[in-house]
Amino acid sequence: MTAALRTIAPRQWALIALLVVAFAVVPRLGFDYLFDAILLPVLALGLAGIGLNLLTGYAGQISVGSAAFMAVGAFGAYNFMLRAPGVPVLVSFILAGLIAAAVGIVFGLPSLRLKGFYLLVSTLAAQFFVQWVLTNFHWFANDDPSGVVTAPQIVIAGIDVGTSAGRYVMCLAIVLLLAWAAHRLARSQVGRNWIAIRDNETAAAVIGDSVFRSKLLAFAISSFYCGIAGILWAFAYLRTVESDGFSLDLSFRILFIVIIGGLASIRGAFLGAVLLVTLPLLLTRFGAAVFSSTNSGVIELAEMILVGLLIIVLLIAEPDGLVSLIDRGWKRIIVGRLPRIS
Amino acid sequence: MSFFLEVLVGGLLSGVMYSLVALGFVLVYKTSGVLNFAQGAMVLFAALTFVSLTERNVPFAIALALTLVAMIVLGFLIERLVLAPLVNQSPITLFMATLGLSYVIEGAAQLIWGTEVHGLELGIPDTPLHLGVFSVSTFDLVAALIAGTMVLALLVFFRATRTGLAFRAVADDQFAALAVGLRLSTIWTIVWTLAGVVALVAGLLWGARLGVQFSLSTVVLKALPVLVLGGFDSIAGAIVGGLLIGAIEKVAEVYLGPLVGGGIESWIAYVVALLFLLVRPAGLFGQRAVVRA
Repeated sequence: MTAALRTIAPRQWALIALLVVAFAVVPRLGFDYLFDAILLPVLALGLAGIGLNLLTGYAGQISVGSAAFMAVGAFGAYNFMLRAPGVPVLVSFILAGLIAAAVGIVFGLPSLRLKGFYLLVSTLAAQFFVQWVLTNFHWFANDDPSGVVTAPQIVIAGIDVGTSAGRYVMCLAIVLLLAWAAHRLARSQVGRNWIAIRDNETAAAVIGDSVFRSKLLAFAISSFYCGIAGILWAFAYLRTVESDGFSLDLSFRILFIVIIGGLASIRGAFLGAVLLVTLPLLLTRFGAAVFSSTNSGVIELAEMILVGLLIIVLLIAEPDGLVSLIDRGWKRIIVGRLPRIS
Repeated sequence: MSFFLEVLVGGLLSGVMYSLVALGFVLVYKTSGVLNFAQGAMVLFAALTFVSLTERNVPFAIALALTLVAMIVLGFLIERLVLAPLVNQSPITLFMATLGLSYVIEGAAQLIWGTEVHGLELGIPDTPLHLGVFSVSTFDLVAALIAGTMVLALLVFFRATRTGLAFRAVADDQFAALAVGLRLSTIWTIVWTLAGVVALVAGLLWGARLGVQFSLSTVVLKALPVLVLGGFDSIAGAIVGGLLIGAIEKVAEVYLGPLVGGGIESWIAYVVALLFLLVRPAGLFGQRAVVRA
């Protein structure tokens, strides 16, 4: 037993401790504000960040249409739950994710011929086209005149996970499972093919990587992740399903999460998400405390400037994002403590 | 038929406005390979600065001069603070930097001048002009004239001046340009300043049409399909692309829109650009990239 325990590296102990805290301690804290304002959006945006990171960070295909695939996921899940009531909730989530993946493949098809910035147009087309379809065809919102529908109750295995803590645990379980899968995927043959395409497409083709298939797979899996993230965003965080929310602005925020957190990093997506979610909250507090001003317009502008500056500064000083900043800081602490050899 | 012509001409004229924004992109892309997402923010910044100055009773000419100076300072700052530290980075990194830049400029412009909508009156008459069977707005014609003059001036500048020659050298091969002694930082400063001037003209004309407000910076999104259609590095392409996108958008909205419930103006330009790209991946006038391993 002790031998088995000793084989677990300190890093893994830290991970296990983190999981225990996240699943057992945090839900009992009972701060609904913590769940509703911070943890739920962080989990949903972090998952979307992972999705975009698979496409942009690993496969090198830049996209500004993530929110469109989130919308497909959210509306897909809503319609499955509405029109096929017998289907278990989690199954309808997966089916909606698969629809998002299919839509992703359609808009990924041009990547066969288009590279770099020309591909931006394809993802922009996805962004505007999907939003237009969901707004214009009222069938998707169950003919609701306002276009804003309340998300249905989520009941998993007979348990209503409607409370803030319940939704948090559900999101955490889904997000961690998918994050682990993404982590494994990035280190598999599929992930290596993506990295080869990102670094040198011609060379990747020469060594026998089917570039077209790999790219489409990247679009499909990335869109699946975004679709699931959209479900969590709409069902667990906002608790309304509305096409206006899945705007280009949200797509940009997800791109920023990836840039700030670190390209080609799974942890980075969560770091970026934490930063983007807490920044406006902190700014509001800061504005109230220092300037005794709660002018939301000014705070929104200050947030824009700060996020923009942060991106520029990070790109110049730390192109690999917060992840590598933290990794280096951590190493310095550890190395600083170790006795010097030689 | 005359109705069709009127729709077509209306579309072409609004296409001129798209071309104006696209021009700023082409200038920067041609000489530095950067897709400058901040061009829309610069349009907003220029228009907002000008309109706020005139509202504070600064005379037209002085306000124009002051805005011009502001755009030159902005171009200088961008080169010094953003581009110079990012020399030799990948085009995607530079694109993301301009994305961050656009947030900074948009936020700063509105923090300085406020977020309300301003009306902008340039003194250009906006009356319908009857040409045989259909009529066009005089404002649109003047805008087209200004755009045409600017394109001509830019073409002459690129072809006939030493600075223009240096621009083309940098566009062709940055490394070789450095080797023969061209100063990259000077050239980039000039290019970004020029892009700022183009943004000023676009901002004034767009601002007079739509009012000066935040949505002005989103014209950048309409410029993307224009660029794709014309080719990222072609001045002529920006013009032709703009006209085509403008015309297609209007004609599609009028004739195709009612069949599918309207509002297709929001995405038709992208889909058309996309379909076109599948046939010609470098756009109409773009240089075909040679891929080497």
